[in-house]
Amino acid sequence: MLEIRNLHACVDGREILKGIDLTIPAGEVHAVMGPNGSGKSTLSYVLAGRDGYKVTEGSVLYRGQDLLAMKTEERACLGLFLAFQNPVEIPGVTGVNFLKTAVNAVRRSRGQSELDAMQFLKLARRKAKELGVGEEMLRRAVNTGFSGGEKKRYEALQMALLEPKFMILDETDSGLDIDALRVVAEAVDSFRSPERAMLVITHYQRILDYIVPDKVHVLAGGRIVQTGGKELAVELESTGYAQFTEQAA
Amino acid sequence: MDGIEQVRSLTDQKYKYGFVTDIEADVAPKGLNEDIIRLISAKKGEPEWLLEWRLRAYKVWLEQTEPNWGKLHYPPIDYQDAYYYSAPKRKDGPKSLADIDPKLLETYEKLGVPLHERAALAGVAVDAVFDSVSVATTYKGKLEELGIIFTSFSEAVKTHPELIRKYLGSVVPYSDNYFATLNSAVFTDGSFVYVPPGVRCPMELSTYFRMNAEKTGQFERTLIVADKGAYVSYLEGCTAPMRDENQLHAAVVELVALDEAEIKYSTVQNWYPGDEQGRGGIYNFVTKRGACRGRASRISWTQVETGSAITWKYPSCILQGDDSVGEFYSVAITNNFQQADTGTKMIHIGRNTRSNIISKGVSAGHADNTYRGLVKVLPKAQGARNRTQCDSLLIGNTCGAHTVPYIESRNSSARIEHEATTSKISEEQLFYARQRGLSEEEAVTLIVNGFCRDVLQHLPMEFAVEAQKLVALSLEGSVG
Repeated sequence: MLEIRNLHACVDGREILKGIDLTIPAGEVHAVMGPNGSGKSTLSYVLAGRDGYKVTEGSVLYRGQDLLAMKTEERACLGLFLAFQNPVEIPGVTGVNFLKTAVNAVRRSRGQSELDAMQFLKLARRKAKELGVGEEMLRRAVNTGFSGGEKKRYEALQMALLEPKFMILDETDSGLDIDALRVVAEAVDSFRSPERAMLVITHYQRILDYIVPDKVHVLAGGRIVQTGGKELAVELESTGYAQFTEQAA
Repeated sequence: MDGIEQVRSLTDQKYKYGFVTDIEADVAPKGLNEDIIRLISAKKGEPEWLLEWRLRAYKVWLEQTEPNWGKLHYPPIDYQDAYYYSAPKRKDGPKSLADIDPKLLETYEKLGVPLHERAALAGVAVDAVFDSVSVATTYKGKLEELGIIFTSFSEAVKTHPELIRKYLGSVVPYSDNYFATLNSAVFTDGSFVYVPPGVRCPMELSTYFRMNAEKTGQFERTLIVADKGAYVSYLEGCTAPMRDENQLHAAVVELVALDEAEIKYSTVQNWYPGDEQGRGGIYNFVTKRGACRGRASRISWTQVETGSAITWKYPSCILQGDDSVGEFYSVAITNNFQQADTGTKMIHIGRNTRSNIISKGVSAGHADNTYRGLVKVLPKAQGARNRTQCDSLLIGNTCGAHTVPYIESRNSSARIEHEATTSKISEEQLFYARQRGLSEEEAVTLIVNGFCRDVLQHLPMEFAVEAQKLVALSLEGSVG
């Protein structure tokens, strides 16, 4: 599904990623854990194709194609989905309008027919119900005035509507209380399937109780410094990241 | 055609109305003087009183100076280096559509305004003005059955002189301001609407203004009178060919609403805005004013301004009748080197008069966008209320947005609210939308349309969709 080779990337001329190697096959969930400033969010932005995140070396193959040569929206249409840590507010643009445009953009790229307003509403209502998202959220402006929990649930709803192949969860657990975390994480976990893969970026082990990873990687100083099974996450919870930050420095 | 291709094909065309119609024209000599005014008046076969009115305006104009308080920059206009009358040649006035030059019909066809009634937009009657003259008015017969007069201004002067004499200049006097005074001296055509007492006009009335001839100014005059308890919704559209030089458009619109009458006036202004370097484009200096003369009358201005190199216009309401209501809903979009200085004036004279202003300014490129508005409450306007909302949206780092509200209240019971915001389409918003599969253009269009929603929803249904597309079109090339 995803093959990252020796990936180096800069932000504002400063090198943040210093040679990442990571392979995630279809059907697997990988967690990337690490301290603040280790390059976790940078990795997710580079994969999604955000302006200002410059790749200086290395390659990324996604479903057999050169990911880095694609535009942001092309990556999205090919099934790459980033669940944001802090989803941005877009005042004035209703959820229905925004999500319908997004769903139809993705459908077009897959050669599927576009949904009209009625068809889309039907689909959106069904998915919202499944995820326990209130229908009134669809009528509100995107992320505008949403609580932290609402924003994360809204990300999960978008994931359900766009049916991605590869999902990156960027600190989805941040700003959530235990109950909200469980609801969102269980929703995300339900998207697991043999055709899909997931990259879960987190500080803490707790989200991994709900989305149990196949592999855990530790990112420190812009490199992956250790890889293990799900038990590595539990271990980190007690030992902390200090050993790695010293190592990286 | 699917959605994105529609947007693409729209944006690829850029200014798709920039073509020129090759048609023989009857042109008055270049320049402005009394003889030219006499010539225009004679061409139109006007009565003596109207010629006198024009000449009085001209004398006043010579003494007036061009206003310079707008936040607008342009080289001095040479009023002698322009033509003031240009009309497509024809033998006699066309009696029916069959007599109109096919080239003209084709032009309006290309502009999406077919004049054949069988092909015409359902439920919209159109008066088509080409340079200095009206070439056709559709659905006239149907409207006449209801006693509604919808005709070109020149014709109204002949057929309904008493109404013209009574109302012409009654809202915008011939000496009102530099550009309105110039218009009063040299105006050539326009539309006249009269809706009799108690009649609700069953269709949208629309005038489509087209500037075609080179170096020719367009000076049209629109007068709409809604008698007691009448209702009318009117829409104005305009385009011009792409030319390197600037052309002057100085129109006057007067609205009169008597007791309990309502006039809804919508504009989709799409004059040629000039190119990416700021060459060419229309100078749009327009005076629009409505008088809510009767008790509980209502006038509502809705404008979508996307064209012109320079826009200078302040559609206003004089709220004279007690309980009358004035509304102003505006979207002004400026891209490249366009400049807009636009807003409204709400003059509260009667008791319990109300006004509502929503202005949305969008700037991109090197454009400058200014909202300038006056809310004035006179001593007798007991219980007057105003609410103003001014929002500006910036795209990129090289454009400007300015808000200049003037508030004068001379009645202590008046309630005036003013709210203003400025925001920017952020890189973060664009990234978020693109991560969901939207192209940058789709994302900008969605965000801008969302920003303008409060205004666009006031447009007649038939034109709301057009306006949304126009918003997308005029922001082409503003990002990335």
